[in-house]
Amino acid sequence: MKCKGLRDDTVSVVIGGEAGQGISRSGELLGKALMRCGFHCYGTMDYPSLIRGGHNFYQLRASSRPVYSQTPYADVLIALNRESVGLHLGSMNAGGGVIHDERDALEEGLGRDRGINLYPVPLTDIVKELGGPDIMRNTVALGAASALIGLDAGTLKQVVAETFEGREKIIKMNEDAIQRGYTYVAGQDYGFGCCLESGERPRGQWLTGNDAIALGAMAAGCKFYSAYPMTPASPLLHYFASHDKAGGTVAIQTESEIAAAMMAIGASYAGIRSMTGTSGGGFSLMTESLSLAAMSETPLVVMLGQRPGPSTGLATYSAQGDLLFAVYGAHGEFQRIVVAPGDVDECFYLAAEAFNLAERFQIPVILLTDKTLVESNQTTDAFDLSRVSIDRGKLVESWEGPGEYLRYRDDEDGVSPRAFPGAEGILVPANSNEHLENGLSTSSSEAVAKMVDKRFRKAQHIRAAVEGLQPIRVYGDKRPRVTLVGWGGTKGPALEALGMLRDDGVKARFVQVVFMEPFPGGLEKYLKGTCVLFEDNRSAQLGTLIRLNTGYAFKHVGLRYDGRPFNPGEIRDRVLEVLG
Amino acid sequence: MSLTMKDLDTGATNTWCPGCGNFAILMTVKQALIQLGLNPSQVVAVSGIGCHGKTTDYLKVNTFHVIHGRVLPAATAIKLANHGLTVLGFAGDGDAFNIGMGHFPHAARRNVNMAYIVHDNLIYGLTTGQASPTSRQGLVTKTTPRGSAEPGVNPLTQSLTGGATFVARTFAGEAKHMTEVLKRAITHRGFAVVDVLQPCVTFNRVNTYEFYKQRVRKLEEEGHDEGDFEAAYRRAQEWGDVIPIGVFYVEERPTYEDGFPALAGGPLVGQPLSRDLSGLMAEFK
Repeated sequence: MKCKGLRDDTVSVVIGGEAGQGISRSGELLGKALMRCGFHCYGTMDYPSLIRGGHNFYQLRASSRPVYSQTPYADVLIALNRESVGLHLGSMNAGGGVIHDERDALEEGLGRDRGINLYPVPLTDIVKELGGPDIMRNTVALGAASALIGLDAGTLKQVVAETFEGREKIIKMNEDAIQRGYTYVAGQDYGFGCCLESGERPRGQWLTGNDAIALGAMAAGCKFYSAYPMTPASPLLHYFASHDKAGGTVAIQTESEIAAAMMAIGASYAGIRSMTGTSGGGFSLMTESLSLAAMSETPLVVMLGQRPGPSTGLATYSAQGDLLFAVYGAHGEFQRIVVAPGDVDECFYLAAEAFNLAERFQIPVILLTDKTLVESNQTTDAFDLSRVSIDRGKLVESWEGPGEYLRYRDDEDGVSPRAFPGAEGILVPANSNEHLENGLSTSSSEAVAKMVDKRFRKAQHIRAAVEGLQPIRVYGDKRPRVTLVGWGGTKGPALEALGMLRDDGVKARFVQVVFMEPFPGGLEKYLKGTCVLFEDNRSAQLGTLIRLNTGYAFKHVGLRYDGRPFNPGEIRDRVLEVLG
Repeated sequence: MSLTMKDLDTGATNTWCPGCGNFAILMTVKQALIQLGLNPSQVVAVSGIGCHGKTTDYLKVNTFHVIHGRVLPAATAIKLANHGLTVLGFAGDGDAFNIGMGHFPHAARRNVNMAYIVHDNLIYGLTTGQASPTSRQGLVTKTTPRGSAEPGVNPLTQSLTGGATFVARTFAGEAKHMTEVLKRAITHRGFAVVDVLQPCVTFNRVNTYEFYKQRVRKLEEEGHDEGDFEAAYRRAQEWGDVIPIGVFYVEERPTYEDGFPALAGGPLVGQPLSRDLSGLMAEFK
């Protein structure tokens, strides 16, 4: 399959308009169609926190090679309102095309100095003729965009039809809308000159980090998800709620994040793999419960999707400002794992593994993500379920002795045998007070120290488990002139920057820190020569962790803290600036 | 062999003040469990923070002593995870109606199938004598030296308006009455609130055993229709020369666990972890 673009091997489509115009949905559908045609895609949504009005845009990139990130540039702009033209025209590539509603009557010759073509399409009139709702304008526009980039309209129709499965009238109307938009532009015989070759086989799937985490949790046997709505974690709750029957799960919208964490802990105590998810503000409310999970040694998995703070901050934007909070937040000293996936594959496999880690060590595991990662779509190969195994750790189902069952037995490895209430002959205590091996509260000096030591003896085993999960991942040149360091959602733009630097003749590698707590060993060997740290925060929090754990202090950093993710070009430019 | 009181005793040294109303609650809970023929391994007790919280150290069933005010969300999830278990929530008046108040109407409207036993002594005991949300207006405590200016929370009207389907009050000085009320609460299918008037012999010098003995009147002796919400609400507001005790209101309504399709085939905890993901994964193809 071929697709038409302006330059290189990538086509970039921006869909802009007001909240409520179905922008995100349109972008996802177009991406899915392009994936089916064999392209690698990346799509991300930029939106303020409101329901109607304001300016939203979705950027979709499709390419014959893997794409991991947004860029500031567009080849095609679908402008669902006039405002979008003004906001995005300046960042359009020369030779690009603007699809807009004929009714918006744009100024004649707008953008012509940069070779930009306007494609007025009677979006509103076509929808009226078809008798559809106003929101269907975006479907007409998608049809027009397909014609412009040479995408087969049939694939797009198929994808749209699947979304409205069973609603024949709506399917027909949408198919007509696509065809009308397609024909309108195709009839004008414009289009782009360059050809993009897709891969030989269709890509496996097109999904967000949240989708991947939900599937990872499902694969791991998670049966209980309790959460309070908060961007960017809400889609996880929506997923569990809408798949409770298919997945055999219980999903609860709780009265608060405190209740969300406590329910996940309660379900876990009773023997269920459970999870909660939130953002920084909600995680603040959860920290007392996190400490309870630690003291009572109840496994807990929390998805913490970062967005800019402090306080409400930028509710619908992205940040990496809660790293140290995730590592240190909550009172008392206890073992925890903080793991930060950087793409949809890592979201899936690490989410699944999080449940094993939580149960094997009976500790809280925090899956630390950010809005860019969990709300953006990526194409990837279908997840390999044979790579997911379920390990519930030390479980006892019945007790025949010797002696009584001790929930907090002082075992050598610090991990005591876990049982679930309801098991015959076993009574299962859990206690927020410091306790004896049998779970009864104690304040005895000797008993307290013994129990603290027991819990801390897990540390070396947790560390060993983490070291086996590739806690540091390295990409790019083996003998680099410069090393880029980063984590989480910064991985995508950093990987694309590596490609740009290669084109510039600069040998570079990217070192991704995946596990933040316990902090993996061996990072030092990569911190040689010129190193630049990239983070979506103001204080270089990974830099702090690295200095604390290795003594290495970064001389060069690239930090972004305006709520937006890095663009690959920014990373490349910063690296070139450092190299001089 | 039937269960005895001793079988339900953990052997932990009891540290409640001599004469504390909590002793009567602990004893009658044990009696209720024995009389109902429940197997301790099928019972989970969740307690919060405060003097009442020690209940889980003294009652030999499955136990989870959680953090302050969070009995209800933990107990809700335990019930959903394994609805074959009998779930008992224990809370103090501070635990239930101050820090944990944000959970209370939600557990009530959801009709979580559990009994919620509130050790209501109208004072903070374990933190040595501060005002509680149920302290009556005018009560002198360490934090209200001129007498509490705040009207107290009424646990019964809160329960009724919240949507609890079993609302009762009993008195720690009436052990037999308490046992009967607890038995009904434990076997009630839905969210059962039992507000237990429990004198704090150390810090509350007003609401004493003597105070209650002079005032409590049993609803069942006076004639009361448990299905009449308005009558229940009217009687629930009485607090003066007469303080009614007994079962104020009972309603049959689907419980929280009835609404989850995943629980229709039996307790969640009994279902296998691995599942066929092909259908779920196909959505993204």
